[in-house]
Amino acid sequence: MTQTASLTSSPAAPAISRSQTVAFVAMVLALLIAPFFVYPVFLMKALCFALFACAFNLLIGYVGLLSFGHALYFGWASYVAAHLAKVGTIQIPYWAGKWLVIPLPPLSTELAILGGTLAAAVLGLIAGSIAIRRQGIYFAMITLALAQMMFFFAVQAPFTHGEDGIQAVPRGHLFGVINLADQSNMYLLVLAIFLGGFLAIYRIINSPFGEVLKGIRENEARAISLGYRTERYKLVAFVLSATFAGLAGATKAIVFQLASLTDVDWPTSGEVVLMTLVGGLGTVFGPVVGAFFIVSLENLLTHIGQWVFVVQGTIFVACVLLFRRGIIGELAQLLRIKL
Amino acid sequence: MKTLRNLAVLGTILASSSAFAQYTDGLIKIGVMNDMSGTYSDLSGQGSVIAARMAVEDFGAVAKGMKVEIVGADHQNKPDVGSNVVRTWIDRDQVDVVVDVPTSSVALAVSEIARDKNKVFLVSGAGASDLTGAKCSPNTIHWTYDTWALGNGTGAALVKAGSNTWFFLTADYAFGHALERDTAAVVEKNGGKVLGRVRHPFPGTDFSSFLLQAQASKAKIIGLANAGSDTINSIKQASEFGIVSSGQNLAALLAFITDVHALGLQTAQGLIMTEAWYWDLNDANREFAKKFAPQNRGVHPTMVHAGVYSAVTHYLKAVHELKSEADGKAVVAKMKSMPTDDKLFGKGEIRADGRKIHPMYLFEVKKPSESKAPWDYYKLRATIPADQAFRPLKDGGCPLVGG
Amino acid sequence: MFEIFGIPSQALFGQLLLGLINGSFYALLSLGLAVIFGMLNIINFAHGAQYMMGAFVAYFLLSSAGLNYWVALIVAPLAIGAFGVLIERVLLKWIYRLDHLYGLLLTFGLALIIEGVFRNYFGSSGLPYRVPELLQGGQNLGFMFLPNYRAWVVVFSLIVCLTTWFVIERTKLGSYLRAATENPALVRAFGINVPRMITLTYGFGVALAALAGVMAAPIYNVSPQMGAHLIIVVFAVVVIGGMGSIMGAIVTGFGLGLIEGLTKVFFPEASNTVIFIIMAIVLLIRPAGLFGRST
Repeated sequence: MTQTASLTSSPAAPAISRSQTVAFVAMVLALLIAPFFVYPVFLMKALCFALFACAFNLLIGYVGLLSFGHALYFGWASYVAAHLAKVGTIQIPYWAGKWLVIPLPPLSTELAILGGTLAAAVLGLIAGSIAIRRQGIYFAMITLALAQMMFFFAVQAPFTHGEDGIQAVPRGHLFGVINLADQSNMYLLVLAIFLGGFLAIYRIINSPFGEVLKGIRENEARAISLGYRTERYKLVAFVLSATFAGLAGATKAIVFQLASLTDVDWPTSGEVVLMTLVGGLGTVFGPVVGAFFIVSLENLLTHIGQWVFVVQGTIFVACVLLFRRGIIGELAQLLRIKL
Repeated sequence: MKTLRNLAVLGTILASSSAFAQYTDGLIKIGVMNDMSGTYSDLSGQGSVIAARMAVEDFGAVAKGMKVEIVGADHQNKPDVGSNVVRTWIDRDQVDVVVDVPTSSVALAVSEIARDKNKVFLVSGAGASDLTGAKCSPNTIHWTYDTWALGNGTGAALVKAGSNTWFFLTADYAFGHALERDTAAVVEKNGGKVLGRVRHPFPGTDFSSFLLQAQASKAKIIGLANAGSDTINSIKQASEFGIVSSGQNLAALLAFITDVHALGLQTAQGLIMTEAWYWDLNDANREFAKKFAPQNRGVHPTMVHAGVYSAVTHYLKAVHELKSEADGKAVVAKMKSMPTDDKLFGKGEIRADGRKIHPMYLFEVKKPSESKAPWDYYKLRATIPADQAFRPLKDGGCPLVGG
Repeated sequence: MFEIFGIPSQALFGQLLLGLINGSFYALLSLGLAVIFGMLNIINFAHGAQYMMGAFVAYFLLSSAGLNYWVALIVAPLAIGAFGVLIERVLLKWIYRLDHLYGLLLTFGLALIIEGVFRNYFGSSGLPYRVPELLQGGQNLGFMFLPNYRAWVVVFSLIVCLTTWFVIERTKLGSYLRAATENPALVRAFGINVPRMITLTYGFGVALAALAGVMAAPIYNVSPQMGAHLIIVVFAVVVIGGMGSIMGAIVTGFGLGLIEGLTKVFFPEASNTVIFIIMAIVLLIRPAGLFGRST
């Protein structure tokens, strides 16, 4: 078996390029004025998916691992956040028929989001330590299978209310002061969470740790021979990716006041792959652009029902055959800059 | 072409164009939202839009000086898609009333939004009895059926007819558990006995193992506390293993005439189920079906379609009396104060908790030899009178019901 | 009559037999995946969709042309296999030089398209397909009523699986196939048309999926999403077995069917997750899979 071209190609470049700074400022400005022109609920949905795609990209774009089960972290974080914000009390089965009960009041919004994110991190640690034992295609199949298993748990677990989902989740008050029922307050919080997550991921990929990850992506055997314990690096990257995916999912549950099976099911895992692929694997801004592209497309296509899947599938095929660099990758190539 | 048809539905259907503008924004806008392409598209789907349009025409909205517009949308059975559509409808498109909405998860979400924005929500397709129970709303009316009524109809009637031992095949999630619990209570209350239950994963494909466990229980009735393709596959495989022919009967606790159509009579014969409406029950219904089916690819009207027709008719009556559709709560209050009367459901009433009250019917699916025409599927086994068909007002726990 | 954990042993035999029947579908599908993977190094995500198409071909043959199950058993694999050949020629051949993951993404996109189109035209509630007349009814085995059709499924899929194994592992054609996997250049030097061999292998793998689809049609309703959930389970089966050997795929498929069958009796709540749990355990103990070669 020959070593084939890796999924992404990124020439070694200085840590922070000027083009990226300009693009970042432009993105922040655009997101600040957007709510005056666009339906804010739509923007918040797109931002949640953008963060989700950035988290996913951390794994595929910089470690070369294709997770086909990222809905697991996104969806479960949204369940946990919704449950904490609405009910509070946690019950965990630790043995057949025995439950560990932690009585809690309904938590404030920021704690609920934090709780959801933490849950995703723990799930990421468990699933990650199983999945990183295989590479390539097997890794993709294992993550998909584990996500499907957790989907079935989500269907059966009483606290998720099965098909009904957790409804009427209170948006609450941020730090007990800022009323999030107000649309603009909610938008600013979502924007802040997105930008925070985006910058954190950017920081990670440009750190020495990120450089090792890229080394593993290019040639794992060489990284091992240089003395890196690549398994550990991969696991940390996996957990980080799951955590940020969880942050996105938890935020989405608060925005929509709803956590449902849609977010843990496999089409959501496919969607995030598509967003990142469309935007550009291994680019900094690609996942954001891809998420906005796909979310708007779905918004435009609500009228055509199930044809959405056909459109998505066609984009998948077109991307793989024709533009593997994605929108941002092609643009960067065209302008000869790094984005 | 189905796409073209869908687009035609989704384009707006102008039912009237009178300039008689005493209504708030001059226009009563009805939003029919349901599953236009998935599991429930046959039992609701485009047919519900047709039923709503027929209701507007039969009501004579034009002659009465009302301008009515109908819009349709597909919620794909996803609560987030559904709540997005309804929010946009209300915020941007001035939709006044949302109709149908199968899939309980979506219906519960829409009920919250309608209450928040003070619009009207008329449920026909969804079954969750919570809509008029703990989660009832002054803006929501639950029209056609609910899971309590189905379980009660089937459970009580069968036990009274002597089928007093039951085994449940239950989908292992909140919905299946609730359906099993409610029906088991009815069975036991009427002197029947539940011999056992097995919980199958949802969604499932192979039910043979669970069916053999049900067969081994020797119960007279195997109650199917599941829905959609799970129910269809359970029935199909039960027929394969000769369960019905060896003397046990299947009772589907949530099934529709379209499911029987999908299975075919050869497989579905002997199945027992409860419905609120059947097209071949009387002349008025047959006349409606005759007009409806050609517009709906030959698919005959289901109880959900009939419920949409009946609900829209009553809504228009209330709005006509009030001369305004602006205040959702006021419209629903008016609807509750007026007795209902239309050609499909006859005379009835709407309770304080938002539950529409009418008789329910217990049907048995015919043998292939008994069926004389396409869609001739049911034999009437019993009629459950209106006062016994639905959950008693006091048991629902609806906060709207004064102590 | 004796009992095992409170279940009469005879009922248990019945349940094991049912498990074996489900296992035959796992075996047929994972066999197809393994054959394709061995030659193309692609995980065929569209396998579930192609299985579904096989069932639909059977339905159409019966409903519009009046052609029965036995015709479908031959025509459907040929037709869907030809469709596979077309896909390989038009789409897949462009991506062999790329990372394997692109193959997964491409076939995933294909699966979405195929399932989406079928869902739009046929709804989701499914279409009925009758058991062929010859195989209606069943045998009373004493401990259970075994429908003739289910017995046929086990026997026929075993025959298909073993024939495939024999052709690949024990014939000259098979040896070319295996050689082309290892060293395509060398095989080409022998005057063998390797690209055509790749195309036909993909077509064959797809045909196996379609064959499984025809066999499933009388048991499950023919519906557009019948393959979508199954394929994920089959992926887990493939991970457990490892794709190194044809026999491994067959044995794992039947074996997991048995285990799933037992779970349905003793702990039905876990019967849809048990295969995934076994997958996790196998990965912890033997990452390369039960029959896999470590890479």
